[in-house]
Amino acid sequence: MEIVEAKPGETILLLGNEAITRGALEAGVDFATTYPGTPSSEIADTFSKIARYLKKKGKDVPFYFEYSTNEKVALEISASASLSGLRSLTCMKHVGLNVASDAFMTFMYVGCKGGNLIITADDPGCHSSQNEQDNRYYALFGNAPMLEPSNPQEAKDMTKEGFEISEKLGLPLILRTTTRVSHTRGPVKIEEIKESKKKGRFEKNPFMVTVPSVARARHPVLLEKMKEAEKLSEKSRFNRIIENGGGVGIVASGISVGYALDAVNILDIDADILKLGFTNPLPRDLCRKFLEEHKKIIVLEELEPILEEKLKTIAFDSGIKVEIYGKGSGHFSRLYEYNLDIVVSGISKILGVKNPLPDGGKTDLKLPSRPPVMCPGCPHRASYYSAKKVAPKDTIYPTDIGCYTLGRSPPLEMADVLLCMGSNAGMACGFARATDQKIISFMGDSTFFHAGLPAIVDAVHHNHDCVITILDNRTTAMTGHQPHPGSELTGMGEKARALDIEDVVGGLGIEHVETVDLTNLKETEEAFKRALDFKGPAVVICKHPCILLEIRDKRKRGEKIPIYQVNLDKCRHCNICILKFGCPAFYFDKDKNVRINEELCNGCGVCTQVCPFNAIEKVGEKR
Amino acid sequence: MKVEIVLTGVGGQGVLTMASLLGRSAVRSGINVLVSEVHGMAQRGGSVKCTVRMGEINSPLIAKGSADCIVSTEPLEALREIEKANKDTVVLTDTNPVVPPSVVFEKVEYPDVDAILEEIKRNCKLYAIDANSLAKKAGDIISKNIVMLGALSALDILPFSHDTLLEEIRRSLPYKDINIRAFNLGREEILRRKNEER
Repeated sequence: MEIVEAKPGETILLLGNEAITRGALEAGVDFATTYPGTPSSEIADTFSKIARYLKKKGKDVPFYFEYSTNEKVALEISASASLSGLRSLTCMKHVGLNVASDAFMTFMYVGCKGGNLIITADDPGCHSSQNEQDNRYYALFGNAPMLEPSNPQEAKDMTKEGFEISEKLGLPLILRTTTRVSHTRGPVKIEEIKESKKKGRFEKNPFMVTVPSVARARHPVLLEKMKEAEKLSEKSRFNRIIENGGGVGIVASGISVGYALDAVNILDIDADILKLGFTNPLPRDLCRKFLEEHKKIIVLEELEPILEEKLKTIAFDSGIKVEIYGKGSGHFSRLYEYNLDIVVSGISKILGVKNPLPDGGKTDLKLPSRPPVMCPGCPHRASYYSAKKVAPKDTIYPTDIGCYTLGRSPPLEMADVLLCMGSNAGMACGFARATDQKIISFMGDSTFFHAGLPAIVDAVHHNHDCVITILDNRTTAMTGHQPHPGSELTGMGEKARALDIEDVVGGLGIEHVETVDLTNLKETEEAFKRALDFKGPAVVICKHPCILLEIRDKRKRGEKIPIYQVNLDKCRHCNICILKFGCPAFYFDKDKNVRINEELCNGCGVCTQVCPFNAIEKVGEKR
Repeated sequence: MKVEIVLTGVGGQGVLTMASLLGRSAVRSGINVLVSEVHGMAQRGGSVKCTVRMGEINSPLIAKGSADCIVSTEPLEALREIEKANKDTVVLTDTNPVVPPSVVFEKVEYPDVDAILEEIKRNCKLYAIDANSLAKKAGDIISKNIVMLGALSALDILPFSHDTLLEEIRRSLPYKDINIRAFNLGREEILRRKNEER
């Protein structure tokens, strides 16, 4: 395993997220917690892989790692470790910090002892997210120092140095990445792994109990610490001017630094670049100097105009006459992620120079789109198909965060509304009271533990008449198959008590609960019918492993995967398989016959139950 | 020196593996490289696009008209990236369509494969190969992505030798025999075509 075995001095190719994990090891991290979420997942997954790898080799694992129940729990656990003197981190996607924000805001008042990193991976462009919120606001909101890497090498360096800064200030530190940093691979120079401590000790201190009098005493302490932080930011090697002898100055942070450097080369202009990596608090003196030295300033930052507005404030406060271009001037957008085209075109417009990028190729053909879909053989498809068959037409389907959100696409169209993790059940309760419509909500097993429980308690206590479905595919599938409290193994590969979802639901007081396996569609339909007929909250648990895990296990065991095909002699062209069930392995050939793409078919065989004419048959096997 | 390659295909066809192997080969050859990937929701059977930029570069994404090569494991996906191509760009694509479910529900037909290839040829240089057959010949259709890498290695675009890439495949992939066979079949196919061109 290269990421732990590589020797100091070697340069290896690492994903931004992997580089963060390596940086933490080089900082001697003792503790890491997470709830998985794209684009942050590989940070934690790398801890998990390393733990299992070292264990297999009979070596000591130098850290404690867990996939926590949700981001709030993860942050609380990491805070305890830090208050016991251990270096700890917690990583999550941007919206995860919303879940953890209650703990985060007051953790800043309490402060930390062992270095503590809160790693948030933002998703400009919503590649895998329900919004594109800019979590730099959390650093401002909670008064947290913040580092923003621009490439994998810096992701490692900042993680390592982040622990030092956090300890120096006694403050948790936000390391903020974006999808393009987290999911870019680049060369990273390896340094020595530092030995960790493993066990800390908690020393009592009345200033950790944040009653109002303590909170009032701690707030000014936090603001004082942030003044110290600004001094560190002024001296930080992550904030520097890259001189190019220009009258134009470009200010950039995060991935935009790379775009700025490339754009200057492509445009062949003399522009100095103020590269900001330690972005909260901003190094105001350095910014002031940069503003004074240039007549025109261009600010490159994705999403909100945070740097831009701060720079305008600094210019105003210091009476500096300078033109500042960016989002305010209309040259750049607050929407989506940037790329080289956007940056080159924006700068060329501001400077009134020609955009030298060549015209790209063109086509007049109309191309069908290819959005993500539920995989061939995905058990969720069978759950949706069964529920839809028995539910009244105007049934409301609140959905949740996971692969199953993809059930919104035709032909299933089994997702009507989504807010956040766990919202399916809370919204089911609301619709049950607000309308006379039937309600079937859907959430995954990991989501159930993460944020589904409180809403189910509400449904029981207030007797809300709705069906809450738990799509139990035995894993956190969408983010890369991480374990959850219903799994038999922990993230470190140790045996764990697997919570039984039906027991938990029963324990919460749900009186009607049924668990079904999708190998029998008829039974699943009947179960949904009974749940719909039940007056009061009912739960249906659709239990079947994620098809990707199922075939991975089959391959490991050396079992073959069956291949199915449509027998055209038996097919009567009702096309239910394509038009109602919609497995992506089906397609119409040139003669409008339904065929199965054998490259895509995962051999689940559920379609043989869907076909009313038994025309789908096993024709072979593949590995 | 700057080499920019778009790798594209359908989720599950091994596009990320191709990108990672090119990235590792670059690092092993001491060449600066950035590889952008797609994970999570973006991977579930949707279009998957990775970019590999090597040499004097500081950011991972490829601007319009700037790709040296577009490698695709599916013909429609190759054409979808045509905006990244200029007239000197080489497009290397497999010819086996994977028809997306959207053709049924959005009422947009999957274009004729020959029409897709003609469109690409109108814009730049094209090598179209039946990588499925070569992968099956190598022993498993799953090795299709490695067939494409073998083919790419014969195009005089990569800043490192095909041996470096093959060594990386040997080092980091399972089913070594199949993958090495797949690589060589892809490579030979392009070398043969180039010979015919002469």
